[in-house]
Amino acid sequence: MTWTVFMQALGLVFDPYVLIVILASAIFGLFVGCIPGLTATMATALLVPITFFMPPVPAVAAIVTATAMAIFSGDIPGALLRIPGTPASAAYTDEAYAMTLKGEAETALGAGLVFSALGGLFGTLVLIFMAPSLADIALKFSSFEYFWLVVLGLAGAVFIGNSSVLKASISLLLGLLVACAGADNPGAYPRFTFGVTELNGGVSLIPMMVGMFAVSELLRYMVNMDPPAQIAVKKLGRVFAGMWDLLRKYRWPLMRGNVLGVIIGIQPGSGADMASWMSYAMSKKFSKEPEKFGTGHVEGIVESGAANNSSLGGAWIPAIVFGIPGDSITAIAIGVLYLKNMNPGPTIFINNPENIYAIFFVFILANLIMIPLGWLTIKLAVKILQVPRNILMPIILLFCIVGSFAINNTVFGVGTILVFGLAAFLLEENGFPVAPAILGVVLANMMEENFVTSLIKSDGSLTVFFTRPIAMWLAIFTFLIMFWPVFSWAWNKFRR
Amino acid sequence: MKRRTLIGMAAAVAAAFSVGTAQAQNYPNRPITLVVPWGAGGGTDQTARIIGTLLEKDIGQPVNVVNRTGGSGVVGHAAIAEAPPDGYTIGLITVEITMMHHQGLTKLNQSNYTPLGLMNMDPAGLSVRADAPYKTVNDVLAAIKANPGKFKASGTGQGGIWHLALAGMLNSNRIDPMAAPWVPSQGAAPGLNDLVAGGVEFVTCSLPEARALIEAGKVRPLAIMADQPAKLFPNVPTLKAATGSNWTVGAWRGMAGPKGMPADVTAKLSAAFKKIYDSKDFQDFMNQRGFGLLYMPPDQQAAFMEQGSKGMGEVMKAVGLVK
Repeated sequence: MTWTVFMQALGLVFDPYVLIVILASAIFGLFVGCIPGLTATMATALLVPITFFMPPVPAVAAIVTATAMAIFSGDIPGALLRIPGTPASAAYTDEAYAMTLKGEAETALGAGLVFSALGGLFGTLVLIFMAPSLADIALKFSSFEYFWLVVLGLAGAVFIGNSSVLKASISLLLGLLVACAGADNPGAYPRFTFGVTELNGGVSLIPMMVGMFAVSELLRYMVNMDPPAQIAVKKLGRVFAGMWDLLRKYRWPLMRGNVLGVIIGIQPGSGADMASWMSYAMSKKFSKEPEKFGTGHVEGIVESGAANNSSLGGAWIPAIVFGIPGDSITAIAIGVLYLKNMNPGPTIFINNPENIYAIFFVFILANLIMIPLGWLTIKLAVKILQVPRNILMPIILLFCIVGSFAINNTVFGVGTILVFGLAAFLLEENGFPVAPAILGVVLANMMEENFVTSLIKSDGSLTVFFTRPIAMWLAIFTFLIMFWPVFSWAWNKFRR
Repeated sequence: MKRRTLIGMAAAVAAAFSVGTAQAQNYPNRPITLVVPWGAGGGTDQTARIIGTLLEKDIGQPVNVVNRTGGSGVVGHAAIAEAPPDGYTIGLITVEITMMHHQGLTKLNQSNYTPLGLMNMDPAGLSVRADAPYKTVNDVLAAIKANPGKFKASGTGQGGIWHLALAGMLNSNRIDPMAAPWVPSQGAAPGLNDLVAGGVEFVTCSLPEARALIEAGKVRPLAIMADQPAKLFPNVPTLKAATGSNWTVGAWRGMAGPKGMPADVTAKLSAAFKKIYDSKDFQDFMNQRGFGLLYMPPDQQAAFMEQGSKGMGEVMKAVGLVK
């Protein structure tokens, strides 16, 4: 990047029109992320028609800013109401809600905010300095390697939360079973559709997630109407208090989350949601105090809050260099890049370098303004806790219904939240965690697809899963993680 | 008093309904819904949204673009076909409507619609890895013929448009369409990724979809399954020029409404879509996006869909997808 390009790019970003677009899309993103059922991907899709009529830099800036904000603000309803605003927040929703119940809502949200911004900045730096070489590596991943990544993700599910491993596994299997429904499988064969056309597309993740977290919570409130002990909110305005200590204490988890987020983001087909699940599980695995997880412990939020935002930057790497989307957001953004004559490919750095570097600056700017805007949003949102529950709950139900209808514009989604709300209520009353079930649905299609396509490619031979170099290392790593308890038990026994 | 109010209301409701049906010459006097059977942000969605924006300007009424996804396109296509045929619900239908009924996914087919103009067509291509030994389509065909079942292809889901493009190409060259097994993928991009990663040997998606990788020197296009070479890649020969096969196939998008729309409404809408197609905004959009430009008036579109459905039926039978 030469000095003139650098100055040109700065000039493109610090143009009043571009700055207004960034501010407006930041507010839009914060809003969309807060509403359960509206995801960061949807925020991008809604922005596309507006960007038709903008110059290239503000068009892409709008998307970059809105998605970063939406991924962070998905944490807010998750922490305050136990309704993850986007699937990327679902992994640590229970943890954040437990903190809220302990009166530490502001610490939970503050950690989410600060570490989201740090994760986003890390992802951006990787994008700026390492994009071409990393994109080459991402292209070496075939279905064999993805299969192992998904298995790693699933193995993590069982360790989330502090209920029994057996019950978590059952919940995970339930999720995998639900994901079997529909014709969206490698054979394109309709399974468990019962002749319902809507089920051909399978059970949509968003209504299911809203049902399992939010509707089940509403049911629990209906069953036990006793006004709960007033949720104590410590003095307002202390969102950033203690963040410096957290940063020092958890610098390694932060780095782990950052790196894992970028790695997951680069892989086509896996995005912020998988990054946050995997890093939450990893955080618990490597933590010095794993017994505290699930009781309102901030460590997991630090790590996976950073991971889901750093994955956003990672997802842009193959998108910019090869036109291959790293997640569903960049899949849409690639269309916008073509539309604005910034064709993805190595030439993007040669043809109009000032535009692409301007976009990099937007990434940095977006993660910086996230801090003041997010602080404002948290301060406003925390007031929700002061609303009496008997007024708040029906309003939440209304939002859930609107959100689940909006996903596919059908009443079917509304039915879905009710069915899964009831199912989750019954599960939780009997000590089964719901988070693994949701992860099962997130990952099941990826796992099946990569497994079946791998077998088609290898003519039914399983050995290829172990003989491709990258696949072999992933397999070894997966088995190490899965059988770690066995190994450590054997080691202790042997030593004695 | 009460009764009179009731009668009055009933009359008003009846009048409101008759306005909707009888006064087609005033069409349109309320907002129009444009249904997209695919998800927000995809190519079909973006095309529908630019058309919606331009239609709104042309016709003077708001146009709401609504995504009705699910059921691999069945839900949205059904929503268009089953809407009241008054011109207030129309949609952008896609090539899948000529395919899904063969598979038994739905009873709906192209004859359940009033065509309003074909807006786009992206022919199938044939691409290989840049370091692959194949220099021409004939190299590819010879390799498949010599090693049936060894080389795999990808680019979309099982029974999707690019799968049938491959099957049709082999079929028309008298090679068993099962000789190159299909590896289902979630779309062109993951299929291309797998091509570069060495997981599959061929990808039959459209050339604009492979554009970034072609320009990056990772992927080599060998043919386009159309009558003419693409504007974007003039040096890539047509399948006919390369092998003599007459097989042409592509993903298309066309405007349509439910069957049985009034003639004057149909005429007004199809004239509007022709105007939109010719507009600079639409042409610029499609060119920048790399989408293929092809227009057909409604009668030609109807014949084209009918013929396409027949061709798809034959190929799907050969691959064993027909129920």
